[in-house]
Amino acid sequence: MKVLSNEVYIIGAGETKFGELWDKSLRNLAVEAGLKAIENAGIYSKDVDAIYGANSLAGIINKQENIGALIADFSGLSADGIPSLRVESSTASGAAALRDAYLSIKSEEYDVVVVGGVEKMTDIHGSDILEKSSSILDREWEAFFGATPAAMAALIARKYMHDFNVDKEALSMFSVNDHLNGSKNPDAQFRNKLTLQQAMNATAVADPLNMMDCSPLSDGAAAVVLASENYMKKNKKEGVHILSSAVAEDYLSVGSRQSIYTLTSTKLAAEKAFRKAGTKRDDISFMEVHDSFSIYGLLELEDLGFAEKGKANKLVYDDIKLEGRLPVNPSGGLKAKGDPYGAVGVGQAVDAYRQLTGKAGDNQIKNARYGLLHNMAGTGASSIIHILGE
Amino acid sequence: MTELSRIWRETEYRYNLIGYKCKNCGNSYFPPRDICPKCHRESIGKMEKVKFSGNGEVISYTVVHDAPPSFKRQVPYVLALIKLSEGPVITAQIVDSVEEKIDIGTKVHMVFRKIRQDGDSGIIEYGYKFAVN
Repeated sequence: MKVLSNEVYIIGAGETKFGELWDKSLRNLAVEAGLKAIENAGIYSKDVDAIYGANSLAGIINKQENIGALIADFSGLSADGIPSLRVESSTASGAAALRDAYLSIKSEEYDVVVVGGVEKMTDIHGSDILEKSSSILDREWEAFFGATPAAMAALIARKYMHDFNVDKEALSMFSVNDHLNGSKNPDAQFRNKLTLQQAMNATAVADPLNMMDCSPLSDGAAAVVLASENYMKKNKKEGVHILSSAVAEDYLSVGSRQSIYTLTSTKLAAEKAFRKAGTKRDDISFMEVHDSFSIYGLLELEDLGFAEKGKANKLVYDDIKLEGRLPVNPSGGLKAKGDPYGAVGVGQAVDAYRQLTGKAGDNQIKNARYGLLHNMAGTGASSIIHILGE
Repeated sequence: MTELSRIWRETEYRYNLIGYKCKNCGNSYFPPRDICPKCHRESIGKMEKVKFSGNGEVISYTVVHDAPPSFKRQVPYVLALIKLSEGPVITAQIVDSVEEKIDIGTKVHMVFRKIRQDGDSGIIEYGYKFAVN
């Protein structure tokens, strides 16, 4: 008997600490996050209809594919035959898995789905990771010629700063804000505050970007449990409503794009996400944005529609602070909370769940009602946006 | 180790800066692509190879200090986005040039260079870089 709409809710969330977790393996991390989420949701394995596991680079870093089966197996669910598939969309794998799980409930195929994201990035020696992480670019026509993710972000940053007369300080302020918030997040990789001077004078990575403009290498996993409204009512659960889910693409290579400092995929996904959610930009209480490099933070504020192109520098000093008009990355963002590729998008959902249920601890935003989550693949090739609410 | 065939099949494009032109709309593309993103199916069978002049202008540039192992010996190197005179924007290194002379808007031309070496016993890969005019 179907009496309710098939709306989708997050009913539980959990994550590992993000960081250099030498004693934990890919599977340890995935299982830890998954268990925390289902415990938090108060469900049992018999309730789970399916698992969607996000991961980006395990094939080339850990030399392990078949991630869906791995997660199900070591979560003790193999014998139950529960479907478990891996979702890969580069650094947006997390939000991609969240979206696939959301659609699976929307379509009424499932009622309860566990979404996990995991990345184990420190199982590789030194700069070898740059060879692997550059696979988020176009291997043949960007990385082949010496491009790295940081170098591509730097190319975007220099042109942006030049055309709009924006100081490097504005980029550094984004990292300063991340670290200030990360200092209050027990799951964050970096708990240290960053002064503007430290952020400005760090070791060069790809000029004009330095080490404090770049997200770190991180291990970590995150998981959320999604449930249909039907299941929630039947089992008297409470949760956070997923108001909309939207995705859009752009060219893989930065050079092929219409404008190198416009994240068109973000613009398009944002329009769809706001339209479907029926919310306005003024309604948003906080955002988690994909700032793998500080420049992206500024571009995202603009392309999500919160500032005009070239004007995001006006927001980075006060507005984006935890107590500001538009809190951005209360979790610490990719710079301070960490950047375990496939886990990032799910980790954002964990943070948003905590914010919207009033359980974000020292990072709690007063009267948080609507959160926007922005997860991006590569240099902006895909953007996936979720808007969550009460 | 990269398989030889993977490198070999792109040599024509990388050695000679050859891309594609859509005969339907007249737009030129680099890297090579089989479908024109403007004309979609109208471009099927109408994409033809075109050799670019190698002249271009710097849109943006960076000095890379942190590089993958196969580029370690070249650090620090200048990577740029270069707009070719025929339109496409490509990602390439700028070499043989005084760094102070490189800026947004600087005119450059293509040169043929060693790109990278796949380990101590792997293939040496060649292709385009650019130099300031």
